Amino acid sequence: MNHDAYPDNYIRGILNSVKSIAMVGASPQNVRPSYFAFKYLAQRGYDMIPINPGHVGKDLLGKPFVASLSDIGRPIDMIDIFRNSSHIMPVVEEALTLDPLPKVIWMQLGARDDAAAAKAESVGIKVVMNRCPKIEYGRLSSEISWMGVNSRTLSSKRAPAPTQGMRLSLNRMSVGGGDTAASDRAAKNKTEQS
Amino acid sequence: MSDRLPGFSTLAVHAGAQPDPTTGARATPIYQTTSFVFNDADHAASLFGLQAFGNIYTRIGNPTNAVLEERVAALEGGTAALAVASGHAAQVVILQQLLQPGDEFIAARKLYGGSINQFTHAFKSFGWNVVWADPDDISSFERAVTPRTKAIFIESIANPAGSITDIEAISTVARKAGVPLIVDNTLASPYLIRPIDHGADIVVHSLTKFLGGHGNSLGGIIVDAGTFDWSTGGKYPMLSEPRPEYHGIRLQETFGNFAFAIACRVLGLRDLGPALSPFNAFMILTGIETLPLRMQKHCDNAKAVAEFLAGHPAVASVSYAGLASDKYNQLARKYAPKGAGAVFTFSLKGGYDAGVNLVSKLQLFSHLANVGDTRSLVIHPASTTHSQLDDAAKVKSGAGPDVVRLSIGIEDKEDLIADLEQALSA
Ligand SMILES: Cc1ncc(COP(=O)(O)O)c(C=O)c1O
Repeated sequence: MNHDAYPDNYIRGILNSVKSIAMVGASPQNVRPSYFAFKYLAQRGYDMIPINPGHVGKDLLGKPFVASLSDIGRPIDMIDIFRNSSHIMPVVEEALTLDPLPKVIWMQLGARDDAAAAKAESVGIKVVMNRCPKIEYGRLSSEISWMGVNSRTLSSKRAPAPTQGMRLSLNRMSVGGGDTAASDRAAKNKTEQS
Repeated sequence: MSDRLPGFSTLAVHAGAQPDPTTGARATPIYQTTSFVFNDADHAASLFGLQAFGNIYTRIGNPTNAVLEERVAALEGGTAALAVASGHAAQVVILQQLLQPGDEFIAARKLYGGSINQFTHAFKSFGWNVVWADPDDISSFERAVTPRTKAIFIESIANPAGSITDIEAISTVARKAGVPLIVDNTLASPYLIRPIDHGADIVVHSLTKFLGGHGNSLGGIIVDAGTFDWSTGGKYPMLSEPRPEYHGIRLQETFGNFAFAIACRVLGLRDLGPALSPFNAFMILTGIETLPLRMQKHCDNAKAVAEFLAGHPAVASVSYAGLASDKYNQLARKYAPKGAGAVFTFSLKGGYDAGVNLVSKLQLFSHLANVGDTRSLVIHPASTTHSQLDDAAKVKSGAGPDVVRLSIGIEDKEDLIADLEQALSA
């Protein structure tokens, strides 16, 4: 997989197929990007599991924090990593010890580790780097268009108005993949502060 | 679902718009409302905290305006856009995100006269200091860079003379200086030039002109190319630092490659307030659907009129980049192969008086201060749009006393030429 620009069909396939998502580095602070994404994905019907050893015993929007991937104790479809690039490898290595393996490992906007990606891909795991699943879900469903964002999709179909807890159709006509140049540059010198 | 790239005309009709979820209306409805109900307290908090996508209040966003925003972002090849009340409002909102008092920005000397005024006077009172450079001499941009430089501003096709700017060369200067390149693409429209393809980081339009195209609605828009990294060195704190307006959110970190458009919306439009009326957004959207057809006709007519004028004995010179003999013809072939736009100037051998006489004798051309209308327009810049400039600045910006500016419409070119012919010989 070329990790500079993903075809929409690749992202669409992932978001249409995964059901459970473990978010590593989920923050209970409501201004952190991980909190935004956690809340949105839960509202769109994903089974969300917050992973953060610093908050075990508390919960995030009703879901109990879990200390690590190995402590989840049930199969998960996708791991969404909210850590900076230099902390990705250990998370991926831990993910590779899970049985069954996750189907997808997703690294947040600004995070990229090509060696970790190659390791995961070598055992058949799909990898997305330097993207936000909330933004991609909002883009492919065109819900993000409310904010003037170019969804790079078209549709002549009437879609129902989005309400809370509703899964949205991501199957719109795509107008081509995207580029991540700016975020890639940002990824090189970012420090994590969740 | 195949990933393919629809053509420009398809995007001009479809991008951003889909049947209304509630009624099935196929044309984009005019959501003429100030505000939108919340589902519950949590939904309201999520929207105010930027955690959810949705509508709050029309000064922050509106569904009709959002269609216009996505449409223009798609046509320009940007990641997102923000529509505002006018082209001038768009320029204020952009620079508010980039400059702190005492900072500088470099601007091409050849600009719309209103922009020259705005930069020289209004922005100076905000402590935003413009430094002028000559778009015909790229090294003048390099020399103007200082540690306080925060942006470079140019027009793709420059008002009033329709000269073509070497966007790529200036984008190289901007990249080296580590500042974004802002391109005012009003006179070209994305049909003729897509500045992002040539290195622009931000594109700005007066929608009032060719995009709306019918001379009936004011509007402006800001397009984020998604290409600039705002996080380095704390140079752009509106984007890179925790924002107290939003409990400490960092916009670039949260919104990635469309953070600039979000900053313009939630820090610029929300707090400065120049919201676009949804009715105007609707009018402009309707105009954009025919942009490719109109723009080609504007250009073809302009070329025919320019050729006619160039051969007329009363005309001293014609400045139109679409003419093979023009100084900017090479640049026009590179940047605007479909046509060099429809706004240009010419000067009369009879000087100022002949210009005034011509304007008074024209029957089809309207004497007014606008460009980019379906109708053909004429003006004498030195006494109107550029009248606040001193004589030297008038000449430098291409608006000397003997100069007449035309904006060629989409009428039959034979009728435009006949009107000019009778006025020149009257
Ligand atoms: C090139 C250019 N930029 C900006 C503007 C300002 O736009 P508005 O009148 O919509 O504020 C104009 C208006 O004439 C223009 O021609």
